[in-house]
Amino acid sequence: MSVDRSRELIDAVTASIESGKPLSIRGGNTKAFFGGPQTGEPLEMSGHSGMVSYEPTELVITAQSGTLVSEIESTLKEQRQMLPFEPPCFGERATVGGAIGCGLSGPRRPYAGSVRDFVLGTRIVNGRGEDLRFGGQVMKNVAGYDVSRLMVGSMGTLGLLLEVSLKVLPAPRSECTLMLEADRDGALEFQQRWSQRPSPISGTCHSGGLLHVRLSGSETGVASAKSKIGGDTLDDGDAFWTRLREHDHEFFKGAGRLWRLSIPQASPDPDLHGDSLMEWNGALRWVISDSPADRIRTAAAEAGGHATLFRNGGAETEAFHPLSGSLLKLHKKVKRAFDPKGIFNPGRMYRGL
Amino acid sequence: MSVAEKISIRELRNRVAGDLRRKLARESVLADEESLRPYECDGLSAYRRLPLAVTLPDTVEQVQDVVRYCHGNGIPIVARGAGTGLSGGALPIEEGVILSLAKFNKILDVDTGNRTALVQPGVRNLAISEAVSHLGLYYAPDPSSQIACTIGGNVAENAGGLHCLKYGLTVHNILKLKIVTVDGELVTIGLDSLDSPGYDFLALMTGSEGLLGIIVEVTVRLLPKPECAKVIMASFDDVEKAGNAVSSIIAAGILPGGLEMMDNPAIRATEDFVHAGYDTDAAAILLCEVDGTPEEVEDEIERVRRVLEASGCIKMQVAADDDQRQLFWSGRKAAFPAVGRISPDYYCIDGTIPRKALGDVLNRIEDLSSEYGLRVVNVFHAGDGNLHPLILYDGNIEGELERTEQLAGKILEMCIEVGGTITGEHGVGMEKIDHMCVQFNTAELTQFHAVKEAFDPGRLLNPDKAVPTLHRCAEFGAMHVHKGQLKFPEIERF
Repeated sequence: MSVDRSRELIDAVTASIESGKPLSIRGGNTKAFFGGPQTGEPLEMSGHSGMVSYEPTELVITAQSGTLVSEIESTLKEQRQMLPFEPPCFGERATVGGAIGCGLSGPRRPYAGSVRDFVLGTRIVNGRGEDLRFGGQVMKNVAGYDVSRLMVGSMGTLGLLLEVSLKVLPAPRSECTLMLEADRDGALEFQQRWSQRPSPISGTCHSGGLLHVRLSGSETGVASAKSKIGGDTLDDGDAFWTRLREHDHEFFKGAGRLWRLSIPQASPDPDLHGDSLMEWNGALRWVISDSPADRIRTAAAEAGGHATLFRNGGAETEAFHPLSGSLLKLHKKVKRAFDPKGIFNPGRMYRGL
Repeated sequence: MSVAEKISIRELRNRVAGDLRRKLARESVLADEESLRPYECDGLSAYRRLPLAVTLPDTVEQVQDVVRYCHGNGIPIVARGAGTGLSGGALPIEEGVILSLAKFNKILDVDTGNRTALVQPGVRNLAISEAVSHLGLYYAPDPSSQIACTIGGNVAENAGGLHCLKYGLTVHNILKLKIVTVDGELVTIGLDSLDSPGYDFLALMTGSEGLLGIIVEVTVRLLPKPECAKVIMASFDDVEKAGNAVSSIIAAGILPGGLEMMDNPAIRATEDFVHAGYDTDAAAILLCEVDGTPEEVEDEIERVRRVLEASGCIKMQVAADDDQRQLFWSGRKAAFPAVGRISPDYYCIDGTIPRKALGDVLNRIEDLSSEYGLRVVNVFHAGDGNLHPLILYDGNIEGELERTEQLAGKILEMCIEVGGTITGEHGVGMEKIDHMCVQFNTAELTQFHAVKEAFDPGRLLNPDKAVPTLHRCAEFGAMHVHKGQLKFPEIERF
């Protein structure tokens, strides 16, 4: 069902500006564990939902921010299209606004692109209570600063998202999932070998001595790669990748702090005393470890990347990797440019932001 | 400019050049009129201004020195790569300096394991692909000026090219930037990993047209070269049918590496020029390229063929080999110079529209063309809706330029009206600054200015470009778009 709550939501922002009481923007509340604490007055986005427009031949969908990700995905599926970045939902109530705010992407990310890569336009309310549109519904648009992509991963700290336009892609005609036995070095070697040339690989996952490889493309393309790669074919491949994306995979049931290390794909495994799962051709390493945060962050930074304390963190460590002094200074200025009164999700990304 | 102003500019020039020469090698500061002349414009040569001075630093530290000096003295800075931009983004400011990154032309590192290259901003776009070709890799964005344009300018403009639908724009193909902020600080934005913590400043910097910082280093992503590519050329007796065929290809779940369209005037002009074997009787032709593994390409070409047949194309030809493939593309790539042969002047427009509006927009352009008595040639990045109408005119005929400007303005407004944008890939610069007032309202423009303020409160980095002041918008009543003559006529434009 489509309900436009824009007016009421803008009024809520205006009221917050006047009262000085900050807001905690809430979609499906499925990612409350992620990032800093929710401290403001909850502003529920549920109900502000529905497709604004969807034209399959334009490869663009525009939806109100409270629309469920599942609803968007099933709408696309009817037209044999998809959200290529496979946003992790962590619950049925996950909204597209939350997916944009958290900026997380799933298994297909290194091959198809990330959530920010597919954002074409947004409608937001800024911290002055103004209803603004940036970008649009076309693939190429360089008029003005790219405010739309700036919203991605901003944890709702820059403005209230009302609508988003996303580029979508045709769903692959054929997919299959292969399983190979490999230790970590073997998996790294496999990924290196196969990423040096074009291939239909669209997902990798290495955990517990098993390497899962997803292939997507035309029937013959997939069949040809399959015969070259070998291994066993997994019957229900889709279910495997969904479990991985949603952290229902066995690995994520382990106790302890869950770290997300985003590092260059060819990096050797950082030694962090913990169980680890590798995705994205090696560019994403999940680690369950109670090693000190500094040690994990140093290891990720030395590899050229960063570490996020994804789940089960304590209050003493911030979720996101600390920013350099000059970068933090710019963050504060940009935050002020959008939200001068500091009403949107204060502290949800970094303390003091 | 009054006599008094001229004298004061000369005095200022001498003082600033003298100061800068104490920071850089003497030959790295140009300040005499003859040396400044080549910098008076970029690819949009209708706008010309002499800067106070041109600086050509060799090191990042020198860039910081120049920026700090300008910041301390309130002198505007315009960063410049190869100066091939088409919107006047690198147009000098009379009381400002040009900061040329021309000497930053080295590829610093190629990481084959992670398929990235660390390059200086003055490296030419094509030079990156050439340098990694032996590794089977390439850098995907291929703006038409890729032989000359630099990666720093590509980032500043978020440059596109022929393969954006499948491979993305500059913003999709870079990982990390080093920038010098207006107060001379060196800041790293992004990481070597696929994502980075904090706000997506990488996206914000890309396409910011030199208004937020000076780019001094870029880490680009490299892709494995497609093993195989094939192109199909299809003729249509009706422009709208060709437009619908584009939609049908997308609807069939095909994602072509390139999907281009030309209308009859464009076909004729280019065929005369390069003899690519185009069907000069066709109302429109489509060029559709698919790439990937050989198996994939075979499948996809067959699919495209079936879709085109069903879309009522009157003739179809798959390039027999790579030479013919290149030949098919050569016409499309030579569209701008080809048009230059049939008209004394032409004006290039860069709007993007939803694909579904194509037929309607082309028909309306034709009507406008008759109304204004000016020929219009249309080339179109059909895959991503990026339209480049070329208005043919003769600048020597009294009033023709003005009519051209009005017609161009009408076309840009039409792009906005059908849900598109005034610039798909050329940038706003000086050229389209007034049309920003049509595309964005006061609150949106104010938000842009607030972003600018966060990075550059004194408005010294490329001021008065890309985002119009509210005052300017208030004055912008009647449509008035300026002449857009192309410099570098020898460079391919598409």
